[in-house]
Amino acid sequence: MNRILRSTLRVKSLLPVATFACFIALWYLYATFNYDNPVQRRNALPYPHEIITDGFMPVTDKVNGLRPILGYMWPTAKVTILGLFIAIALGIALAVLMNLSRSVERALFPYAVVLQTVPILAITPLLTQLFGEELGVRLVVTVLIAIFPVITNTLFGLQSTDQMHHDLFTLSHVSRRTRLWHLELPSALPSLMTGIRIASGSAVIGSVVADFFFVKGEKGIGYYIRTRQQKSIERPEMFAGTITASIFGVLMFLLVGWVTTRAIRDWHDKN
Amino acid sequence: MPPIADEMSGSALRMTNISLTFADGTQALDNVNLNIQSGEFVTIVGPSGCGKSTLLRLASGLLAQTQGLCDVDRTNLGYVFQDPTLLPWRTVRRNVELNAELAGMDKPSRLKAANATIELVNLTGNENKYPKQLSGGMKMRCSLARSLVLQPNLFLFDEPFAALDEITREHLNDELLHLFQNRHFASLFITHSIQEAVFLSTRVLVMSARPGRIIAEHAIDFPYPRHPDIRYQSDFAEICGKISADLKAAHS
Repeated sequence: MNRILRSTLRVKSLLPVATFACFIALWYLYATFNYDNPVQRRNALPYPHEIITDGFMPVTDKVNGLRPILGYMWPTAKVTILGLFIAIALGIALAVLMNLSRSVERALFPYAVVLQTVPILAITPLLTQLFGEELGVRLVVTVLIAIFPVITNTLFGLQSTDQMHHDLFTLSHVSRRTRLWHLELPSALPSLMTGIRIASGSAVIGSVVADFFFVKGEKGIGYYIRTRQQKSIERPEMFAGTITASIFGVLMFLLVGWVTTRAIRDWHDKN
Repeated sequence: MPPIADEMSGSALRMTNISLTFADGTQALDNVNLNIQSGEFVTIVGPSGCGKSTLLRLASGLLAQTQGLCDVDRTNLGYVFQDPTLLPWRTVRRNVELNAELAGMDKPSRLKAANATIELVNLTGNENKYPKQLSGGMKMRCSLARSLVLQPNLFLFDEPFAALDEITREHLNDELLHLFQNRHFASLFITHSIQEAVFLSTRVLVMSARPGRIIAEHAIDFPYPRHPDIRYQSDFAEICGKISADLKAAHS
C-alpha cells in the first residue's frame, strides 16, 4: 500500500518535468521548421541551448553572460521587495480604515478598483511628471500594481470576522481598538496572507515593467531585456534576461508562499 | 408592576413584562416575566424559533427589548454560546484567558485563573493545543472554561451541548451539574432536550411558539447533589412526560 502510494507520488512529481520537456521539444520543433536560415532563426527564436551558450554564458565575465544579467536583476529585486513591503503596509492600513468606517470604505474602495483597472503603461508619462524617472517612480508603479490584492483580501478578511466572535467581544465591553487588534486582524490573517501571495507576483511584474519605461537611476532587468530586444543579434541575451526575471518571480512567490503559510499553519485549518 | 426594592435582593436576573418586536415587524417575545434567584438553575425549553435565544441575547445586553424591564448586573456575566466560538489562533490556555484578559486582569493572575479553570473542566494537558486539534466535546469544555474564568454570578447558556453526541452531552451535563453544585451561580439555560433540562434545573419553563411566552413552569424537586442515574428513575420520567405534554401544547 505504502509502496504504491510512494510510486504514485513519484509519478506525480515527474509530471511538471514532463510538461517542461514537452515545451522545450515544441520550442525546438517550431524554431526548426519555421525558419529556413539558421542565422535568421537564431536572431528571432534561438534554440534553448543557444540561450544558455550565447545568453547565460560566460558565467563570470564582466560584460557578457550571467554576471551582468544578475547585476541588472539586483536593482529590480530591491524595488520588488521594497515595493511589496510598502504595498503590504499601505494596503493593510487602507483596509483597516475602510473597515473602521463604512463612509471611508464607500469613499475609497472605488478608487482601489480603479487602481486595478487603469492601464499603468498608459499613464507612465503622467507618473514621470509626478515622480521623476528614478527609484521613486519605480516604487510607485510596483505599489500601484501590488496593493489591490492586499486591500481587497485584508478588507474581506476583516469583514468576514465571525458574528459570534463579535458578540463574545461585545459581552466584554471592549474598545474598538481591542476588537480590531485581538479579533478582526487575527481573523483576517489567512486572507491577508493570500493577498500578500498574490501581491508578490504582481510586484515582480510591476518592477520589471517600471524598468522598461523609466531609464534613469539604477537600471534593472527590464532595461536589460528592452535594450537586448533592440538588436536582433542579442536575442539569446534577451531570452536569458527574461528567464532570469521569471525565475526571480517564481523564487519570490515560493519564498512569500512559504513565509505566509508558516505564519498561520499552526492554527489555520487549511494549509 | 415595577419590582419592589427589597424583593430584588438575591435576584440575579429579573425580567418584567418583556416584549420584543424586530424592525421587520416580527414579534419575537410577548410579555415575558422571569425571575432567577442566585443559586437557581432555570431552564427554558420551547419549539425552534420561539425566541429562547433571543431572550438570552436580551438578558446579556446583546439585544434591547422594545418593552418591559430587564434588571441584571452585566459586569460579570458568563455566556456560553451554541458553538464553542473559540478563537482559532489562540491555544486552549489563551482562549480560556480571553475574558479575563479583556476584563483587564494582569498576566500572572489570569494565567493562574486559567490553569485552575482548565483543571476544573478536565482539560489539563491540552493547554497548548489549538482548537483545530480538539474534539467537539473538548472545544465545548474550553468554551465553558472561558466563561468560568471570571467566576460569574450569572450564567447564560444558549443550547451549549446541542451539537454534541448523546454520550458526550450526558458527560458534560454531569460536569456542569457538578460545577453548579460547587459554585451556586445563577443560571439561565436554553435547550431542546427535556431530559437535559430536568436533570440540571431547579425550575423548567416552557415557552410557546413565536411570539414567545412562558406558558408553563415546573419545579424540579430532586435534591442536589444529583446522581447521574436519577435520569433513569420513574419520577424523573414522569416529570419529563409532563413537560413534553406542555411542549406539544406550545407547538400549537
